[in-house]
Amino acid sequence: MKTMKNKITAVFKKFIDGDFDIEAKEIKVKPEIKSEHKEQSMKERYLIWHDNHGVHSFKTIYAGCSIFVCVTLAVILLYTVSYLPAYGNPLNPANNEVSDRYTEFGLEETGAVNTVAGMILDYRAFDTFGESAVLFVAASIVMMLLKKDEKKRSKHLEDHSRDPIIKHIAQVIVPCLLIFGVYLVLNGHLSPGGGFSGGAVMGAGLILYSSAFGYRKASKVITDKLLRNIVFVSFCFYAVAKGYSFFTGANHIPTGIPLGTAGNIISSGLILPLNIAVGLIVTCTMYSFYALFNKGEI
Amino acid sequence: MGPNLFTNYYETASMILFAIGFTTLFLQPNIIKKIIGFNIMDTAIYLFLGAKGYIAGGLAPIIVNGVTDPSVYINPIPSGLVLTGIVVSVSVTAVSLALAQRLYKRYNTLNIDEILLQVEKERA
Amino acid sequence: MPFVANFPFACILITMVCGIVSSVLKSKNAYRLNIFAASVCFALSLMLLLFMINEPTSITYMMGHYPAPWGNEIRFGPLEALLATIFCFIMLSSLIAGRKDAFIDIKESKINTFCLMMNLLLSSILALIYTNDLFTAYVFIEINTLSACALVMAKGNGRSISSAFRYLIMSLLGSGLFLLSIILLYSVTGHLLMPNIYESVQILIATNEYMVPLTVIIGFAVTGIAVKSALFPFHTWLSFAYESSTCAASSILSGIVSKAYIILLIKIFYRVIGFENIVALKINNVLFVLGAIAMIAGSISAIKETKIKRIVAQSSVSQIGYIFVAMGLGTQAGMIAAVLHMIVHALTKSMLFSASCGLIAASDQKKKLKNLKGAAYRNPIAGIGFVIGALSMIGIPFFAGFASKYYIATASISSPEKMGVLLALIAVSTVLNAIYYVKVISVIYNKKDSDTKRVSSGNMYILGMTMFIVANLSLGIFYQPIVDIITIGLQLF
Repeated sequence: MKTMKNKITAVFKKFIDGDFDIEAKEIKVKPEIKSEHKEQSMKERYLIWHDNHGVHSFKTIYAGCSIFVCVTLAVILLYTVSYLPAYGNPLNPANNEVSDRYTEFGLEETGAVNTVAGMILDYRAFDTFGESAVLFVAASIVMMLLKKDEKKRSKHLEDHSRDPIIKHIAQVIVPCLLIFGVYLVLNGHLSPGGGFSGGAVMGAGLILYSSAFGYRKASKVITDKLLRNIVFVSFCFYAVAKGYSFFTGANHIPTGIPLGTAGNIISSGLILPLNIAVGLIVTCTMYSFYALFNKGEI
Repeated sequence: MGPNLFTNYYETASMILFAIGFTTLFLQPNIIKKIIGFNIMDTAIYLFLGAKGYIAGGLAPIIVNGVTDPSVYINPIPSGLVLTGIVVSVSVTAVSLALAQRLYKRYNTLNIDEILLQVEKERA
Repeated sequence: MPFVANFPFACILITMVCGIVSSVLKSKNAYRLNIFAASVCFALSLMLLLFMINEPTSITYMMGHYPAPWGNEIRFGPLEALLATIFCFIMLSSLIAGRKDAFIDIKESKINTFCLMMNLLLSSILALIYTNDLFTAYVFIEINTLSACALVMAKGNGRSISSAFRYLIMSLLGSGLFLLSIILLYSVTGHLLMPNIYESVQILIATNEYMVPLTVIIGFAVTGIAVKSALFPFHTWLSFAYESSTCAASSILSGIVSKAYIILLIKIFYRVIGFENIVALKINNVLFVLGAIAMIAGSISAIKETKIKRIVAQSSVSQIGYIFVAMGLGTQAGMIAAVLHMIVHALTKSMLFSASCGLIAASDQKKKLKNLKGAAYRNPIAGIGFVIGALSMIGIPFFAGFASKYYIATASISSPEKMGVLLALIAVSTVLNAIYYVKVISVIYNKKDSDTKRVSSGNMYILGMTMFIVANLSLGIFYQPIVDIITIGLQLF
């Protein structure tokens, strides 16, 4: 009885001291419960089984469970889909007064021929603002994770001799890509395109340039500081412009920004400058993703 | 079962893709495959949205010749949502790939279970 | 529209711009700017709250020139103002208290990115509190996920990066489900703004149309948010993420990040689906059961832990269980209790994390409980903070936690079939809470064979902890006005 009491006090003391380990205690208690011989043989048998089949059968069970999860989820979703409104039907609930207004008055109210651009940069601009912030956050995180320290840098950055075919083709394609990207950005409110797609194309052009002509040459023009400043200025402009537009909108003050003639390059108020800002952000982000993943610096 | 499983064939396909992507993201031990699963999952959602925006016989929602009758065009909202969604998924993919690169450099494996085992060992 | 109505939007914009600016600043200035942004937001939210107390209204604020079904909008009443004020306060105090730790844990060149993430995190949380649009909520959830993930990995060692990866995967699963539910909801209602969806959903339910998709939608949305707010079966990432991040980050992650999702869930219940429909579909019973398991399971795993930060983190699982249990009662009283507990837990848990970081810092950065003997003598204010937080979490009268537990218990009267279970749960969970918190307190005040010489923790730390302690004590004594604001706020929600 006394030993039992002592034991409990000892365990309690240990617990109070903070190095209480449940597992350790369980192992201690277990042998006392029943005959030791059987326990060990079970253990041995388990170990033998584990060595021979354990991992294998665990993998099988795991794969089985995964398939089960996948099929269950798919069945639930398909069952849901079978009750959804029919594909392509103009009377579906989604084709209501909201989408009608975007196409019917979009041109008049936002000045954008491209209804989607008008919708994302004027009607629902807060979403798009958040979305640019997501991109900005991601670029910063990638930089935080992959950027090398000053000391470790630029020792093993010798450029391999580049393939002449790639060089010659890139000489032709890179300017085309950049010009096409600029076109997409500037015509975002008039035709398919806009800041995001145009920026992605321009970013691809820069990436091609860097991989064809070598990192050294690219880094002479495109520096870390330049990219960061461009992103900083564009994003600040974006935030200020949208802040102004939200503030005036909520307080029912006219913005005073002329919409211009629909169809001209300079029209549709803030949409064009916003597209340019977004295009610059996306270009710089895409290129810095590439450079950071590839070299650990810009 | 409702009536529209085969009428909504785009949605059906997208939901199957979603289930595959979700399961891959959830249960696949390889980090890169997890990221691929995430991309499949998001792409499935864009397919769904794209199909939702379509109206039989509609044109792309870019005003041509000043015709602003909504019945001519498809629904522009899902297109806008897809655009937003794509940017979000690009960002998330970049972040998770960067994490994967760091983890691989540190632990020399892409298997998440092995990484966690090594983390546990380090702790002990 | 009164001029204060501009403040919520101004807070979101100010934090966003400060984040962008801090990305090009030097480390110390970036941190200063971060504190400045948090205090400005706190001041603006407080002014909004005072205005709302004087004349409780619910204001809809257009984000742009187009009204409800066409443009984005945010909406706020007393409840949102209260939550924003408290969250900004927590952000501010955690930043002040965690300054020294942040500069020790994080490389100097990465502090400005850390500040950027803090600012954007605050901005996304404010946007989640105020938003009246589901798709905006999704976008800001993603900002929240990414920046929280960055905060977890800011230390840059292997453990924190693997924790961040786990956190990211679980969050992506959650936000994937949430996005799916939003677009399914869009396809059956045709709207993205909450009030318009609400109208359509009421019509759909009245005509019994699209009931299968609606059920699946609610299920997915709730599951997605439950994953992100670490409800019981999805809580595994939580302790790793909270443990391996720096002081300010773990206080903020535990205090406000998981709460922002719960607020979003409440919003979906009230403004999108309608609470009576949730009760009719019995979703609340699922939440009740999961929350009940979390209350017990979280406490038991906290008893098993040997590291102070993990104990506090596992206790979060059980406290989130409390919130979901109170929501699961399916009554107005239960919801008031849930919101009160959310506020209490946010304030207390962030203080506990800050305090445990101070205790760890006073013991040569050793995290095991056995190395923390006498730490409360080395850093007295952290010790006091920990004791107050622990007593509050256990539910001792005159501390904040008691008030919320009392409200949860009285709320159970309104749903008699769950009353017995709930009271038993609270009793058991309180005992379990007491076991591990008393253990920690007895270790940190253990004078025997330990160094009791004071270790300087810095003026900023003392200031931050004082702010936490004052807030907690005053919340414990003056909880009645807070409850009144919550009650009015939920009526206007």
